[in-house]
Amino acid sequence: MGRYIARRLLIAIPTLLAITFVVYVILALAPLDPLSQFGADPRVPPEAREAIRKSLGLDQPWYVRYVLWLGGLLRGDFGYSFMSHSPVIDLITQRLPNTLAVVGVAYIVGLVIALPVGMLAAVRRNSFVDHLISTITYAGFSVPTFFTGLLLIIVFAVKLHWLPFIYNSNLRITDLASLGEQFRQSIMPIAVLGLFDAAIFTRYIRSEMLEHLPLDYVRTARSKGIHERVVVVRHVLRNSLIPVITLVALGIPGVFGGAIVTEQIFHVPGIGELLVRSILLGDTPVVTAVLFIFAVLVILFNLIADVLYGVLDPRIRYT
Amino acid sequence: MGVAMLVAACGQSAQPTPSASGGGAATATTAPVTRGQGGDLKILYWQAPTILNQHQATGTKDADAARLVLEPMASFGKDGLPIANGLAAEIPTPSNGGVTPDFKTVTWKLRTGVLWSDGTPFKASDVAFTYKYQCDPATAASTSTYCEGVASVVAKDDATVVVTYKESNPFFYQWGVGGSNAVLQEKQYAGCVGAAAKNCTADQKPIGTGPYKVDTFKPGDTVTYVMNENFRDKSKPFFKTVTFKGGGDAPGAARAAFQTGEADYAWNLQVDAGVLKPMATASTLANLVTVYGSSVERILVNFSNPAASLGDKRGEPDTQHPFFSDLAVRRALAMATDRTTVATQFYGDGLTGKPSCNILTAPEPMNSKTSAAFDVCKFDLNAANAELDKAGWAKGADGVRSKGGVRLEATYQTTINAVRQKVQDVMKQNWEKIGFKITLKSVDAAVFFTNTSPDGANHFWADIEMYTNSGDPDPTSYYNGGWSCGQIASKANNWQSGNYSRYCNKDFDAIIANLKKETDQNKRNQLAIQANDHLIQNVVVIPIVNRTFATSGVSKTLKGVDPTPWDSEMYNIADWSK
Repeated sequence: MGRYIARRLLIAIPTLLAITFVVYVILALAPLDPLSQFGADPRVPPEAREAIRKSLGLDQPWYVRYVLWLGGLLRGDFGYSFMSHSPVIDLITQRLPNTLAVVGVAYIVGLVIALPVGMLAAVRRNSFVDHLISTITYAGFSVPTFFTGLLLIIVFAVKLHWLPFIYNSNLRITDLASLGEQFRQSIMPIAVLGLFDAAIFTRYIRSEMLEHLPLDYVRTARSKGIHERVVVVRHVLRNSLIPVITLVALGIPGVFGGAIVTEQIFHVPGIGELLVRSILLGDTPVVTAVLFIFAVLVILFNLIADVLYGVLDPRIRYT
Repeated sequence: MGVAMLVAACGQSAQPTPSASGGGAATATTAPVTRGQGGDLKILYWQAPTILNQHQATGTKDADAARLVLEPMASFGKDGLPIANGLAAEIPTPSNGGVTPDFKTVTWKLRTGVLWSDGTPFKASDVAFTYKYQCDPATAASTSTYCEGVASVVAKDDATVVVTYKESNPFFYQWGVGGSNAVLQEKQYAGCVGAAAKNCTADQKPIGTGPYKVDTFKPGDTVTYVMNENFRDKSKPFFKTVTFKGGGDAPGAARAAFQTGEADYAWNLQVDAGVLKPMATASTLANLVTVYGSSVERILVNFSNPAASLGDKRGEPDTQHPFFSDLAVRRALAMATDRTTVATQFYGDGLTGKPSCNILTAPEPMNSKTSAAFDVCKFDLNAANAELDKAGWAKGADGVRSKGGVRLEATYQTTINAVRQKVQDVMKQNWEKIGFKITLKSVDAAVFFTNTSPDGANHFWADIEMYTNSGDPDPTSYYNGGWSCGQIASKANNWQSGNYSRYCNKDFDAIIANLKKETDQNKRNQLAIQANDHLIQNVVVIPIVNRTFATSGVSKTLKGVDPTPWDSEMYNIADWSK
């Protein structure tokens, strides 16, 4: 197992290098420009634009910039943002807590909902409850988050005035009141994302359980006179969860990537919002850093998923 | 679309346009104010500030967020003239002897006893230092255009600054006044001049003389401020803290101001009037506060040939447009431009814009009154058709006119924006009625405003394009940059120059040359009008709508908001109260 992990980690190095190269080439070819912010403003004449371009190092060809950036990366330096002139790593660490507090919590909420609901749907297959759950879950992942987000805002913020829709990233949780405030400001985005995640996980858990329910070992367990609840929870669920856990692990990098649309609607300053804005502004140092971290997480959680698979299923052995 | 659309527009009228609900928010309060008496002021910008230094700003959001802290010597008022609400004790003029008769030397008397927020005294040497910082080419300040023609800025004594221009400068307030000319603290910025300016940490937490000081700053998200205990006016500011939140989009910001009250001040609500009007009118929480300036949504016609078949010669200034080189075709295009419908349907008939046939709409004495009578300013499809008939452009079987094998087929590009796409549809419909064939194209704003993209406004590899631009209280650089022979965008200057139409005309250049040196204000006004009328009559550009400069949702309880079209919306935040 140790050798397997070591080999996978070694393979990750050229993979990451290739990813950084592709990202850099794409950004170099894209018609994005940090100076586009100035529009056609006559108050920023060509000479001023040229000076700014030079000060950002953009007068150098992209491959020179790539090598310089890579050199910085090896020293653990992601460079400085073109827009804020502050270290890229600061921008990311400022935003990560917001993303985890909203997208991360939503992911957990989604799982917590999906587990019992998916089980119920599988056990009561083709019953009224199953049809109801299916309908709701299909609706759940068919309706886009910008729609559900706006719907919640109109009902709970605009009409009822119960909840705020502008996320305050400076809120510090020190007591019960501020915890309540955090709950109030994040419940809508968490609901939007959590229900979406729950819909997907529910479908998945249901179909996995359905695959296991008719198998011989389940019949054996039942014939031994074991209580049905024990059969479902101990035997069926346990085995069905193996692929689900893989799915959950593979989805975690996505949590760090943020939720672009939802973050935008609820003014959550998360990683997704940072990435999209930086792409549009041509803030290459931020884009490359975020994508690099994202690539590391994808590779890491792929490895974790594979290892977990082996741990949970003794039939699988890595060499 | 960043600064171009938002920064300086100019005060066409002396008072802000009445808001949808009566404009009550725009009156300054006279009630006595105690410093820090108010709680938290919530400001919402749907573009988030990323840097807190006007000289490194990439947009209005940055300059506005910095303005609470860093001030210029004076602000630009509604008439485009300075008001002494900044570091200057009085405004120098030729009549008070502050400006020499040759318009070369301006002597600024500064306030005495002013402290920086760290408690150290503010001195004239800080102003002279700011010049050194801003005007060092290696600093690469986005405000460096204000350094052009400045010979020196010298501290004569602790309270006197002398600005000297190389040549007689009729716009002698060029350096030191307005949103772009904030004064920095020498002590804090001494190590940030030149190349060191790029990653200068002071830009995250500048020390200023303004009413507030930065408490926390998360670039691209939120700035929080606390009142500056050292602010020169002991009774101000009213609010103890300010939260300047960024992000989201314009409709969301409008919702926060008008429907949920989560923002006391929501910036730049450039939303389709059909959505904005009912929201603002029905609101019990906020008023829409606007002010007109020099922001004009315009249509540019291409004088060069954008045909792809030209290869390297594509769009170069020595090529000639196949049909827009004919004045009759340009005139017909202008006569088939229905600006009234556009202004009424998409800009709420004065809510966020009004029809304009002037490319220079402010300051008011420079706003041409003659253009209204021009035939090219009147929407008349029959006249447009007659114009083309007379010039020999004959309609073919498919309704498209042609002459000598050249068909009136044009590509019309602009940014991706709900309102602009609707305007494109209206234009296309009318232009096709008179025998054009129009292909519409829309490009993301981030791509449109680059000199690097072949789809951009600069390359202008299309026949017609549309966007908004505006100028300073003095229109010289606006005219010179946009339409003079020396500023034609081409491959040679990396498509960076501002004359995207590739228009070149001796008469126009002569007007601008006069404008650069004329010192008599009345004659300057006449020259500015002459330049406008030249561009309109020769249909170099077709103005459509004069857009509001400030378009803000302001809480009904917030007093003192009174935007000027020539300066930051935050220019008088020290006077705001509840």
